[in-house]
Amino acid sequence: MKRSILVCGGTGCVSSHSRLVHDALEKELRTRGLDKQFELKYTGCHGFCEQGPIITVEPEGYFYCQVTDEHVPKLVDSLREGSVYEDLLYKDPETQERVKTRDEVPFYKKQKRLVLKNCGRINPENIEDYLKTGGYQTLDKVFNMPPEAVIEEVKASGLRGRGGGGFPTGLKWAYAREARGDKKYLICNADEGDPGAFMDRSILEGDPHRVLEGMLIAGYAIGASEGFVYIRAEYPLAVKRLAMAIRQAREKGYLGNNILGSGFNFNIHISQGAGAFVCGEETALIASLQGNRGMPRPRPPFPATKGLWDRPTVVNNVETLANLPVILNMGAGAYASIGTKQSKGTKIFALTGKIKNTGLVEVPMGITLREIIFDIGGGIRNGKKFKAVQIGGPSGGCLGEEHLDLPIDYDSLIEAGAMMGSGGLVVMDEDTCMVELARFFLSFTRMEACGKCTPCREGNTRLLEILNRIVEGKGEPRDLDLLETLGRNIIDTSLCGLGQSAPNPVLSALRYFRPEYEMHVKQKICPAGVCKDLLSYRIIEEKCKACGLCLKHCPVGAITGAKGQPHRIDPEMCEKCGECLKKCPFGAIVTAGGDRIGKNKNDYQWDHVPRTRELHDLESGRRERY
Amino acid sequence: MTNSINEILETDVILVIGSNTTEAHPVTGYRIKQAVRNGKQLIVADPRRIELVKYADIWLRHRPGTDIALLNGLAHVILRDDLWDKEFVAERCEGFEEFEKTAAKYTPERVAEITGVDAELIEQAAHLYGEAEKATIIYAMGITQHTSGTHNVMAVANLAILTGNVGRRGTGVAPLRGQNNVQGACDMGCLPNYYPSYQPVEDPAARSKFERFWQVKLPEKPGLTVTEMTDAARRGKLKCMYIMGENPVLSDPDGNHVVEALQNLEFLVVQDIFLTETAQLAEVVLPAVTFAEKDGTFTNTERRIQMVRKAIDTESKAKPDWQIITELAQKMGHPWQYPGGPAQIMGEIAQCAPLYGGISHQRLEQEGGLHWPCPTPSHPGTLYLHADGFARGKGRFHSVEYLPPAEEPDEEYPLILTTGRTLYQFHTGTMSRRSRLEELRSEELAMIHPKDAEIYGIRDKDTISVESRRGKVTTKVQVTDQVPPGIVFMTFHFKETPTNVLTIASTDPVCRIPELKVCAVRVEKIISNPPVDERDNYVGVYKQ
Amino acid sequence: MKAAEENGIDIPTLCYDERLTVTGACRMCVVEVKGARKLMAACATPVSDGMEVLTESDRVVEARREILRLLIANHDLRCLTCERNGDCRLQDYCYRYKVEDTPYKGAVIEYPVDTDNPFFIRDYSKCIRCGKCVTLCAEINGAHVYDFMHRGFDTKVTSAYDDTLQETTCTFCGMCINVCPVAALVEKSTLWEGRPWEVKKVTTTCPYCGVGCQLKLKVKDNRIIGVTADRSGSNLGDLCGKGQFGWAYVHSPDRLTGPLIKRNSAFVKVSWEEALNYVAARFTDILNRRGGQAFAGLSSAKATNEENYLFQKFMRTVLQTNNVDHCARL
Repeated sequence: MKRSILVCGGTGCVSSHSRLVHDALEKELRTRGLDKQFELKYTGCHGFCEQGPIITVEPEGYFYCQVTDEHVPKLVDSLREGSVYEDLLYKDPETQERVKTRDEVPFYKKQKRLVLKNCGRINPENIEDYLKTGGYQTLDKVFNMPPEAVIEEVKASGLRGRGGGGFPTGLKWAYAREARGDKKYLICNADEGDPGAFMDRSILEGDPHRVLEGMLIAGYAIGASEGFVYIRAEYPLAVKRLAMAIRQAREKGYLGNNILGSGFNFNIHISQGAGAFVCGEETALIASLQGNRGMPRPRPPFPATKGLWDRPTVVNNVETLANLPVILNMGAGAYASIGTKQSKGTKIFALTGKIKNTGLVEVPMGITLREIIFDIGGGIRNGKKFKAVQIGGPSGGCLGEEHLDLPIDYDSLIEAGAMMGSGGLVVMDEDTCMVELARFFLSFTRMEACGKCTPCREGNTRLLEILNRIVEGKGEPRDLDLLETLGRNIIDTSLCGLGQSAPNPVLSALRYFRPEYEMHVKQKICPAGVCKDLLSYRIIEEKCKACGLCLKHCPVGAITGAKGQPHRIDPEMCEKCGECLKKCPFGAIVTAGGDRIGKNKNDYQWDHVPRTRELHDLESGRRERY
Repeated sequence: MTNSINEILETDVILVIGSNTTEAHPVTGYRIKQAVRNGKQLIVADPRRIELVKYADIWLRHRPGTDIALLNGLAHVILRDDLWDKEFVAERCEGFEEFEKTAAKYTPERVAEITGVDAELIEQAAHLYGEAEKATIIYAMGITQHTSGTHNVMAVANLAILTGNVGRRGTGVAPLRGQNNVQGACDMGCLPNYYPSYQPVEDPAARSKFERFWQVKLPEKPGLTVTEMTDAARRGKLKCMYIMGENPVLSDPDGNHVVEALQNLEFLVVQDIFLTETAQLAEVVLPAVTFAEKDGTFTNTERRIQMVRKAIDTESKAKPDWQIITELAQKMGHPWQYPGGPAQIMGEIAQCAPLYGGISHQRLEQEGGLHWPCPTPSHPGTLYLHADGFARGKGRFHSVEYLPPAEEPDEEYPLILTTGRTLYQFHTGTMSRRSRLEELRSEELAMIHPKDAEIYGIRDKDTISVESRRGKVTTKVQVTDQVPPGIVFMTFHFKETPTNVLTIASTDPVCRIPELKVCAVRVEKIISNPPVDERDNYVGVYKQ
Repeated sequence: MKAAEENGIDIPTLCYDERLTVTGACRMCVVEVKGARKLMAACATPVSDGMEVLTESDRVVEARREILRLLIANHDLRCLTCERNGDCRLQDYCYRYKVEDTPYKGAVIEYPVDTDNPFFIRDYSKCIRCGKCVTLCAEINGAHVYDFMHRGFDTKVTSAYDDTLQETTCTFCGMCINVCPVAALVEKSTLWEGRPWEVKKVTTTCPYCGVGCQLKLKVKDNRIIGVTADRSGSNLGDLCGKGQFGWAYVHSPDRLTGPLIKRNSAFVKVSWEEALNYVAARFTDILNRRGGQAFAGLSSAKATNEENYLFQKFMRTVLQTNNVDHCARL
């Protein structure tokens, strides 16, 4: 049997130069005359992006991490010998032992990869690979069922929309099926906009045919003859692979007229979005697809009755569609046996933040946060303490330690003040300031709001301004109440899901981390040591050895002191740059508030949010009136 | 209009012919555009690429003056493909057999030859119109201002009754009246052959009714129409004219002849708000007031009678027209008394004009506008006509044949001039040019196709002369493919470019409407526009 | 919203217009629907059987107050000299819900006032982004001049590329001015001409084309200063540039101010008495000499029905001729 070398071609690994590795491997195999014995494949994402570029060798299943082109000659040696290249194997951080295959990697142990099954295993640019794994086989079964039966099957599976709202997919279909219209449309929502979420991209890049198959099933069920994939233009690789897949599927007769002799006609078009977060909202998406400005409109009428070009339209998210072949394959009953009472099947999460194993994980519904963060994610980086996790992206909420054992499903998350969202999981450690965190997410939603409805357009900016005041040390106790009432009112009155969820990060942070907010406001202290304006540096006299290093490095001359005498920092002059603290070899310099090392703010990975003052400089034509 | 304006929103297919609705009747234009936006279908028949063409499902770009051929061609296809309303025709119409014979001659191929419209498009348009459950035809001066104007209108009517598109909501034919109160002026009997409410002068019963009503002996013979008046004045048969609120020097065809005629009068009285080009020729000018300074009613194109209310007091000695006329009658020994003003006059109208029988100012104040016929004070008015049958009993098909316009282009005058309005000016500009609208459009811009422009060496914004057998004007030019090759389009808003000295005073034999929409002209460049900057060049290329 | 209107319940709104597609933008009309988790916009929520709606509950009022507080936090509050002072929906609702001030003292976006077109100014510092002008321009006029620009807080309603309106497809129908709930769009002719409560509005019929649009003349001190929409006619409040901006001729200095008689080929001002006596004498003279057939009269499609009636009556009874016509054919 021919052995396969699978080089990861997901965006994560590509950006860590997997293309170079692939090319070097190809060259090396050819020059050594081994290209006949090995099949070299460029696959989709494995999900373990932290360790990329990833290479697996089949059938042995060797799992190599962080491969560079320099490793190639030795790697080929090992391939020829049939041995294992020990240095590249993943080292279990607990046991410090190297593990040979993927399934032994703790990251994968607790996962249940149904939707991501093929990702990293097949060449997404070749339909044959997909067909070999049983691809498109559900179609025979589906086309022999009446569309209503397909809808019933999906209803029975309990599948709910994976894009955020969690609306039962089968029900949505039934509405569209019943709605009258000379034509119906299916739209695949691939406008994945949450910062830190990339499951849709991975599916499209790694297994595009699965999405097409899902669209065929959905299109058949609702009676649509045309499908659109609305995809972010920021996903060029996904667009390319999807276009390739559509072409191949058409050539093979899986798309077009009279598919597989069923009499069912279905065509798929790709439409690229222009990078607006709000276009993930279905009515805004439809507006954008029609060539208008992507702004949501009130529902009803729901797209299922009056959508694209005023015709019945179903908008399903990529992950939702990718679940369909799974359901039709294993049967609704088997699928429904996975998960919790109200949430069935698996969900893909994008693990990011201060966690060891960042990447994509597919887990059964009902798994606890602890399992995801500590068992799969490997816990917090650098031995820090877990503090909070933001679930569901900018629309989601922030949950703390008390929620670690919460079984995750749609409803439990909403109850806790977060939401499933598209499945972003941002893990925070003790160095994260919860005010700063809320500020980050709000500055995102504030900029991404479409500007149509008053509460979202105006309100989120005011929330942000209040948070800005707080981190600048100008917060007042009443600001916390203001945040709460304004946040609640925004949720209560906004037009679309964006506004109705934008204050979630603030409100949930306030709910679970109120003391931290109060410290900012009352004591003007940032316990995490992030908020620069709230720090004050001082020198602990007992520890100071009067070496003069700090004095030498202070750019503003705020430090005074003579030989043999403890030095002092003049708080009036201090710019809080933190240079002295870094230079002090004795740990004599501390920040007030935490007695801990002041964090450099840039540690916080998305922190490029201008504060009020800069904000005003940046945005011309604007001035402060009050 | 047989139906009301807002019924346009309820129709399925709209055929617009000879009407640049969005510029001449903008608010009706909105309705057409709204209807299209709501999924209704639109056929536009117009030589020019008017704004509505953008909204149209089918654009029939026929040559000016070939409307009958086009309309008969549509009827031909509708008959041939069995799309006509047999029941309606059998029950409510007459003259069908003859009409059928005429229409049979207008095969799409022949029509294509006459009109220059693709035969295939004619077929499509006929099917669209013929298959519609509810269809309406909107037309304006583009249909009527021809020597064949009456026949054109008949051809429109034929099409509507053939398909049973009359007498129901959302159907009908909609002639759009150009002036705020043309409809009312006609209703009031300012016509040589009709007393108020279309009671014929020649009908002895009508005449004796009015003689009793007005207590005066009335002349028996129908009078002269506008264009006939001009002729009669030139020939010395008319001695005296009384012109109230009209500017025939600019608005009537063959303007030079109009001036000549007016100068030939013994006595000319003009009553107006401005010293118009016509008033300057008068011996006595009587100052009138504007719509804002008097009470009264206007009747719009959909037969809706609406109040005009005095908003301000006149600051000069000018008086309302009704008051001037009343005083003049009194001076001439007639015992006219209207102390109750326009409201009292409307009371008199209601007594003698059955269509207005139920109209009173009091009612209009209470109920808002009313559509005539409104015969009694309790009648709610009539949104659409002919619901229960035609006024004359049965709807008559008129077999009308295509005849070429009175003047066709030849070697000497190789281009066709057609006239109309623009959005920002109105009629002879007496009113609109004295407002801020002047800042948007203050001069004539003759439209000419790029191909013709090339032939005559004309570029955008050049100044050219346009000359016909009757006169010559100079104008700036706009090179655009909104007009087809061979055609020049001009307005008659600007006294600096009095387009109507070019037009021909040939009139329709029935209603004496002048053929303002077709005459032969030639053009010549006079002044080159200063070098075209790059941007203009770009726009030019883009538009082409 | 309609149901409430029909039942005499006044639900506040800044963006709803029965002629236009519901956008649900301003959120002023939120109401509490029993059984619904969130507040619902009355304009966008269809009525259903057995629906229980609270239109002025504490929760609803608080939400509306919040929206008003947010709106005035980003609004040019120079109400003292504002042209819409006293005729401003934002003011009205702030008064109704007792919103005196806003706790949100932050960024306020200020834009330069656009005065480039001849007819109206665009003062977007006063714009509350209700989007009515956007929808109206697209759905009624079809010109699609306005749209939203930028995102989030920076959203601005304006023309394409923020160009002056002459550079756009604008037809200057002025309908946008008449739907603007605040003073973002104001006719130039009314600027500094009078406070809204000093201005008398007279409903009348447009003097231009045959559509017969109803409009309101704005009158102050016996002078017309502008025009605004009136919904009683079949134009449903719609107007074109001529109706909206074409009225200035009423006050033109060219207006005839008294009767004129031409003497030695020059016009001389005379009294009415003299003029009418002269005309009557000449008419009588010609009538006696030549009879009615020597007369002809042109009436006016611009004059009222009453005047046209009198004119033909005059020609027929006084001057004894049927030679009466008007420009119906032009």
